[in-house]
Amino acid sequence: MLDRINKAQRQTKAACEALGRQINVMEVCGTHTVSIFRNGIRSILPGNLKLLSGPGCPVCVTDQGYIDAVLELAERQDCIIATYGDMIRVPGKDRSLETKQAKAGVRVVLSSEDALQLAKDNPDKTVVFIAVGFETTAPATAVVVKEAAAESIDNFCILSGHKLVVPAMRALLSGKNNKIDAFLCPGHVSVIIGYGAFAEIVEDFARPCVVAGFEAVQIIEGLNEICGQLSAGKAALKSMYSAVVTEKGNAAAQQVIKECFEPVGGYWRGLGKIEKSTLKLRDKYERFDAFKRFGLSETPSEERKGCRCGEVLCGLIEPPECGFFGQVCTPQKPVGPCMVSSEGACAAWFKYGRERIRKP
Amino acid sequence: MSASGHERILLAHGGGGQLMDELIRRHILPGLANDTLAELGDSARLNLTSGSLCFTTDSYVVKPLFFNGGDIGKLAVCGTVNDLAVAGARPAALTLSLIIEDGFEIEVLDRILASVAAAARESSVEVVTGDTKTVEAGAADKIFINTAGLGVRVAGADLGFEKIAAGDRILINGTIGDHGMTIISQREDMGFQSGLESDCAALASLTCRLLENTMAIRFMRDPTRGGLAATLNEIAGGAGLSIEIRETDIPVKPAVQAAAEMLGFDVLTIANEGKFVAVVERESAERCLSLCRDHPLGKNAKIIGEVVETRDVPTVEMETRIGGRRIVQMPYGRELPRIC
Ligand code: SF4
Repeated sequence: MLDRINKAQRQTKAACEALGRQINVMEVCGTHTVSIFRNGIRSILPGNLKLLSGPGCPVCVTDQGYIDAVLELAERQDCIIATYGDMIRVPGKDRSLETKQAKAGVRVVLSSEDALQLAKDNPDKTVVFIAVGFETTAPATAVVVKEAAAESIDNFCILSGHKLVVPAMRALLSGKNNKIDAFLCPGHVSVIIGYGAFAEIVEDFARPCVVAGFEAVQIIEGLNEICGQLSAGKAALKSMYSAVVTEKGNAAAQQVIKECFEPVGGYWRGLGKIEKSTLKLRDKYERFDAFKRFGLSETPSEERKGCRCGEVLCGLIEPPECGFFGQVCTPQKPVGPCMVSSEGACAAWFKYGRERIRKP
Repeated sequence: MSASGHERILLAHGGGGQLMDELIRRHILPGLANDTLAELGDSARLNLTSGSLCFTTDSYVVKPLFFNGGDIGKLAVCGTVNDLAVAGARPAALTLSLIIEDGFEIEVLDRILASVAAAARESSVEVVTGDTKTVEAGAADKIFINTAGLGVRVAGADLGFEKIAAGDRILINGTIGDHGMTIISQREDMGFQSGLESDCAALASLTCRLLENTMAIRFMRDPTRGGLAATLNEIAGGAGLSIEIRETDIPVKPAVQAAAEMLGFDVLTIANEGKFVAVVERESAERCLSLCRDHPLGKNAKIIGEVVETRDVPTVEMETRIGGRRIVQMPYGRELPRIC
């Protein structure tokens, strides 16, 4: 393995030297972010190759308006909120689900199936599943919605905040200030949507898109492929994760998403409203739609004052550039979601980086 | 039917009357038998050789009560013995206090007590006094155990943060993360429990052996909650020095690594119950290592890094498997509930 790493490292260095300018590669996957930091990958890259952590952490990209809707539901006595663990510490206006959790009402679940089970076990309450995540978690949500429909489990519903990766990448590249030269594309999402889904980015924006796995060697080889393309003046689509990712992806998973959801415009933290980027339940399943059932709307809401998560997610700044980083904002007392989630960029910089220490 | 004619613990078992007397005489005393305990006095009378004493206490609330590689009884003995051991002491006496929920099966209690007895025997320590309380159903989760331990410091053992110096080596007696990953996977019923087994063990025989055979040990600590990451940060902070470790030298079982990765845990932050980290003088590091490796609890011992001068504030830094560098933070965030 070390041979492969050394080789990729040498080639990357040569390519970056040849380019002779700063190169910005964005990873759009929280698991990549964590692996990059945990393995100390940044420390062995050439100085002019910069990695930007993009909108790859599901909790981080969730708009404040959605969080506030969740907190509103948590107020209700007749509801149980079923959520993935990371979500419970995200601060809302003046509180988080964690503060609510003590008052029962909020349960951490490991899967959408657990949430449905909770509904079956508590027939006198409405269980609202906080359905966040990208194409990786959406199929599991779709499956339980179908199950609930088939079994008429009417005290179950979902608050869909599911998001699609490709529209976000398009939005980033359409942004004025973007400095992104290439994307390291997410492995897990690609398993579902297929690497072919990124072809439009390459065609429309002429940026290399390379799908990679999560081991250090896979990431470094992915970066090497990107730098090679850039120095040759090319932009191509390539999957380096061929053992798991196919061009067309998982047809069954795509089918079940399509059957239950339609893509609509939705709000992202930092990116604002993006057309066809958020999954909404189709009309035939609308009775499981918590937005409808409780008359909630996902109105965009302001980020907490001073938190620069939005800019972090767009790769415009690195976390230490935020004035709160490591001072006011720490994993124990997070101000924004990027410090809450274990996959968030701020948390990763705080946990594994030296920057926190250099700060006065 | 149990020896006392009851199948379950009743509130009256903690009431100080006949039922309680029966519980003590028939279930608790037999396994633990020793002269001091047999007196059943209000206090245990100990005759310890003079010298400096170490005294510690800990409560055990692990869930599940039985796990691969141990149970709450074994843990309650080993955990307290280890606190004495890493302080440089030879454990001499333990107390045992049980808080039992109404309705707890006596047969299960017997199994737990048997493993308390076995663990105490193995680490040559006597349970000399104790207490039993029962609480209404719901007021405790099955059974909670508290043990306190008294130990006599090994002659010449003089451990402390202030003894640590740049150049010292960091030694660990084996693989990390075994206990925590076993409990987590068993709690969550994750279905990948194969190959996972808690390392729960009493370390005193190994630590005493080290202390008696070398003067090179500067400091020891057992990396329980918070794992190796927490312990190394405590050492760095306490000594005012930095620590550098090498990922390739840290022993981790493949099954533990795989489970940690699957759940998104950093194995450095996962709890251990049969491990100690020792800071040892550089020149004697190899000798300490071979002393460890000759002992069953130290077969996989490794030197994993060293103490270095601090650049700015004391930090723990790791050279990763691929030759990169990163900080090892004091773990934070959600404490994993009730792993010990
Ligand atoms: S450091 Fe905290 S406040 Fe600043 S951007 Fe990150 S999460 Fe927001």
